[in-house]
Amino acid sequence: MISYLEFEKPVAQLEARIAELRSAAEGDDVDISAELRRLERKSADLLASTYAALTPWQKTQVARHPARPHFRDLVHHAFDEFIPLGGDRYYGEDEAILGGFARLGGRRVMLIGHEKGNDTESRLRHNFGMGKPEGYRKAIRLMEMAGRFGLPVVTLVDTSGAFPGVEAEERGQAEAIARSTEACLALPVPMVATIVGEGGSGGAVALASAERVLMFEHAIYSVISPEGCASILWRTAEKAPDAAEAMKVTAQHLEKLGVIDRIVPEPVGGAHRDPATAAGSLAQAIGEELDALAGRSADELRRAREERFLRIGGA
Amino acid sequence: MNWFTRVRNSLPFVAKRSTEETLWVKCPGCSEMLFTREYEENLRVCPRCGHHGRIGADERLRQLLDEGYEVLPQPEVAEDPLKFRDSKKYTDRLKQARAKNPHRDAFTVGSGAIEGHPAVVGVQDFGFMGGSMGMAVGTAFCQGAQRALTRKCAYIVATAAGGARMQEGILSLMQMPKATVMTRRLKEAGLPYIVLLTDPTTGGVTASYAMLGDVHIAEPGALIGFAGQRVIQDTIREKLPEGFQRAEYLHKHGMVDMVVGRHELRGTLASLLDYLQPRAAA
Repeated sequence: MISYLEFEKPVAQLEARIAELRSAAEGDDVDISAELRRLERKSADLLASTYAALTPWQKTQVARHPARPHFRDLVHHAFDEFIPLGGDRYYGEDEAILGGFARLGGRRVMLIGHEKGNDTESRLRHNFGMGKPEGYRKAIRLMEMAGRFGLPVVTLVDTSGAFPGVEAEERGQAEAIARSTEACLALPVPMVATIVGEGGSGGAVALASAERVLMFEHAIYSVISPEGCASILWRTAEKAPDAAEAMKVTAQHLEKLGVIDRIVPEPVGGAHRDPATAAGSLAQAIGEELDALAGRSADELRRAREERFLRIGGA
Repeated sequence: MNWFTRVRNSLPFVAKRSTEETLWVKCPGCSEMLFTREYEENLRVCPRCGHHGRIGADERLRQLLDEGYEVLPQPEVAEDPLKFRDSKKYTDRLKQARAKNPHRDAFTVGSGAIEGHPAVVGVQDFGFMGGSMGMAVGTAFCQGAQRALTRKCAYIVATAAGGARMQEGILSLMQMPKATVMTRRLKEAGLPYIVLLTDPTTGGVTASYAMLGDVHIAEPGALIGFAGQRVIQDTIREKLPEGFQRAEYLHKHGMVDMVVGRHELRGTLASLLDYLQPRAAA
């Protein structure tokens, strides 16, 4: 059962009609296959044209789609092995940020990313992908270990932002994010980050300060959520679509601005329509990037990472 | 001479209208009416309640650096790269801010010495679009760090910001790793980096260069945090603890080394710099 977004209504109607015809045709001797084929083509065309022209706000909704594949889904489809490692060694284990050893087509990597969860129970357990200081400190620990053992770091970024809570502040949310960004920049091994859903503010950049930054076709990456920006600058969250437009949050915009390097294609209709195919494209893109970086010295890698950020706005 | 005589004596020298507006200032902390000249002479600290008022970049540099420091030129950066417009155009907001401020953006760098110790001081001015961090702020921060690297001296940064400059979208977010590149270079060069957290320091600024210092000093009562209080309250739906996200609270939770009043800042920085001397170049 697909859950449709508001702008997908015409597609939903067509797909419902197709399903209806199919069930009506069962056990019936009237041949409706021609009509079915026509409707299916029409529906596929409509889906393709809708998704080829998504507005930034529509993309925001796709990036947040409840059925969008998240960290564990992508790992399941794209990686051959994942050995999760837990805890920051100071305070606790934060399941909003997962990480551990992983294999990607024969390459050994350190894999880290946000997990939002797929149902009420898992969403609560993963705190909707909003990391706490202990989550970022775990990421730092894993990145440092990856550096010592020569494992490239792969991150999958998908968060609305770091968790805004009293305890998170008390335990140094800002410091943890700053140190995690610093840990990315210090890595002596290749780092490839992909924004797979939402790249929300500092909580995203803490895991995305890499020399190669990829983005799923319908993912978004921004300094503040469109709602947050709208409520501050327009004084109403209802202007979120305008804010999404103005902030240039889409992969297509960000590639033009030179903030990301590569767009990973999603299946027609978004990653949620076919998570396995989406994960396959992701695996291929990350694999190619890692291979291109293999053999570079620690200095070269760090220099490339530094240059990409220093040039933004000049230095 | 009582206060009335003092006020009356200064009256004939100023036009009446500007007198009312400039002679007195209301303390934002205790609402006491203060004599402006005394308030300024007291470094904009309320003599009654000790509230530390916000100050601009030039005043901060004057307070911290020895006489004869150099102010670095503001960096040239792409202006309004996103062609951003909300209820107003971003370029108009910039124009307005510049009309009210002696500087072109919210981060100004002074290069000189603090009680004889060579130092570069960067100051973020909350008065310029809420001190928000965009490309100009990030780039000025980096230029200050670069000057410290060249001079092989300490870098001290007084932070103040509501957060990132939304009108520059993702490009403002990218200033977080960009500034961090430079704090790492200072560290590698064995140069001290000291953060002076002033009211208010929040959002992406806190979550990058404001929390990466060798020593963190905070001014009394300064609001310092990552998430905004309203956002937190909407999330937890409880009353926030007393003094939450204030300098003293952060000190108690281990995020800042010391809370230091404005009158002691210069002396404190000088004694810290005496310990944090750059190692002799190998």
